[in-house]
Amino acid sequence: MNAVYPILKRELRSYFASPLAYVILVVFQSISALFFLLYLKGLLHLQFDPSFHLFRGELNLNNVVVIPYFDTMSIVLLFIIPLITMRSLADERTSHTAELLFTSPIKLRDIILGKYLAALILLIIMLFLSSLNIIVLTVHGNPDLGAVFSSYLGLLLLGASFLSIGIFASSLSSSQLVSAIIAFGILLVLWLIGASSDTESSILGYISLINHFENFGKGIIELKDLAYYFSMIYIGLFLTHVALDSERWR
Amino acid sequence: MINDKQPLINSLDKNCSAVILLKSVHMGSFSPRGISFVNLRVLTAMIHVQNVSKHFGDLVAVDNISFQLEKGDVLGFLGPNGAGKTTTMRIITGYMPPTKGKVHVADVDIFEDPLTAKSHIGYLPENPPLYEEMIVTDYLDFVADIKKVPINEKKGRIHYVMEKCGIFDVGKRIIGHLSKGYRQRIGIAQALINDPSVLVLDEPTNGLDPRQIIEIRKLIKGLSGDRTIILSTHILPEVTMICSKVVIINEGKIVLEESLKRLSQKASDVENILLKTKYQGDEVREKILSIPNVSDIRSGPTNELIIQPKKGVDIREEVSELVIQNKWGLLELHPVAHNLEEVFLKVISSAGN
Repeated sequence: MNAVYPILKRELRSYFASPLAYVILVVFQSISALFFLLYLKGLLHLQFDPSFHLFRGELNLNNVVVIPYFDTMSIVLLFIIPLITMRSLADERTSHTAELLFTSPIKLRDIILGKYLAALILLIIMLFLSSLNIIVLTVHGNPDLGAVFSSYLGLLLLGASFLSIGIFASSLSSSQLVSAIIAFGILLVLWLIGASSDTESSILGYISLINHFENFGKGIIELKDLAYYFSMIYIGLFLTHVALDSERWR
Repeated sequence: MINDKQPLINSLDKNCSAVILLKSVHMGSFSPRGISFVNLRVLTAMIHVQNVSKHFGDLVAVDNISFQLEKGDVLGFLGPNGAGKTTTMRIITGYMPPTKGKVHVADVDIFEDPLTAKSHIGYLPENPPLYEEMIVTDYLDFVADIKKVPINEKKGRIHYVMEKCGIFDVGKRIIGHLSKGYRQRIGIAQALINDPSVLVLDEPTNGLDPRQIIEIRKLIKGLSGDRTIILSTHILPEVTMICSKVVIINEGKIVLEESLKRLSQKASDVENILLKTKYQGDEVREKILSIPNVSDIRSGPTNELIIQPKKGVDIREEVSELVIQNKWGLLELHPVAHNLEEVFLKVISSAGN
């Protein structure tokens, strides 16, 4: 039997046994709902503002609500995901359960994968709940559903990359706080690195997490963006493996 | 390497004994003949630790340790705090690799084929590895899963270890709410869940109250038999009660390796007897000295006599008869101090010098 499943199951249970998962879900849901309302209200105001009548063609649900909404979500994820991943490996050290895991006849790869997938499931639940906002929008309006779906895919991939980096940060320290700060630091640097270069074609622009998210918002799914996020996830998990493995060799 | 159960093999290969002699030097063993079995028993050993060293930066935590255990051996791993007991156990269980040397568990190299080797091991670390937020049965179920206990045996194993460790009545409670004694027992339960042939217990009675300590010792004793057990402790009577073999380690080196039978023999060689009588004339001393097996006699701090018998002879009966015949009024008659403790302190302090 594969060891990924028991690890995943235990990890998910422990998320929901502590208040952490609920608090994160509630906070994420409230923030997303708030921003959603703000953007919607903004659209209503702009429509009746005479100084904007020249841009009336641009004032649609997609440009004023959906795209800014997903952009904001991506930033909210940047703050919340280090909180999801901070305990994943750091906690095993403080509770001495690392000794149990690493002396069991299972592969390190399975441990990391189980933990990663559990965090990913929590992320999916988060995104699923926040889709309520969009469902309301489709009932009363007609947003471009294609763009909505691609945005969700983008958000999921972006969040999945964050998670993988967060788990790597968690493997570096036995303190949850320290690992959350490390994760946040790495994510912020990877986020802002794109701002230092204007063109997407430069290396820094390519490394930046945010540049690859823009296309999804426009409803474009490009192979290079998919490849970027998948390699990001792989690198994060690979580094986690290296960090945990080398720690014991020291 | 000494094992009293095995007869001496006379027809030793010449080449083999040459290797053996070399080996005896670094192992610091007490009997050169016992060493010979090291090389002969490589294939039957359950745990085989070969020249293992572990460095943490400049610190040498474990320094060139070798020993070997067979099926059914219960090894007491003694040493002062910081001697390297936990590090050695972590290396044996595959938690960390040694800087130098090799470890075989059930004839499998723990770093070449860790999954197979680890499936033979049950390990209780110094702090029991518990998930505080889980309930006991869920926790044991999880451990059974990651230890690859087959699904159809899982239920039975969980039932068995819970019964063995006496944690049935807390099965549905959250681990974080339980007392230290229960946690320790859950720790032992998780180590047993895969029915390991090698059991490594790091201070299993640590932090328990006296009644629980007795229970845990009984439990461990009941577990020996076919299993090979290593347990570390700094409580010496524990070793006398449970173990068949003793390794004393100090500053990362093995300073004594002996079977318990030999060790207690050695200790009883120097066993003195304390005698206290109501009547305290000089003739008491004279008459006792006239017993053939008494080699010396001196006065203790509170008017009692400390009698030193000749090596390995029990003279208690003769002394008591003498006292009764002469009507001196017997108040006290018993062996002095704990033997193993004396040996332990002697070994540790002489190694320090």
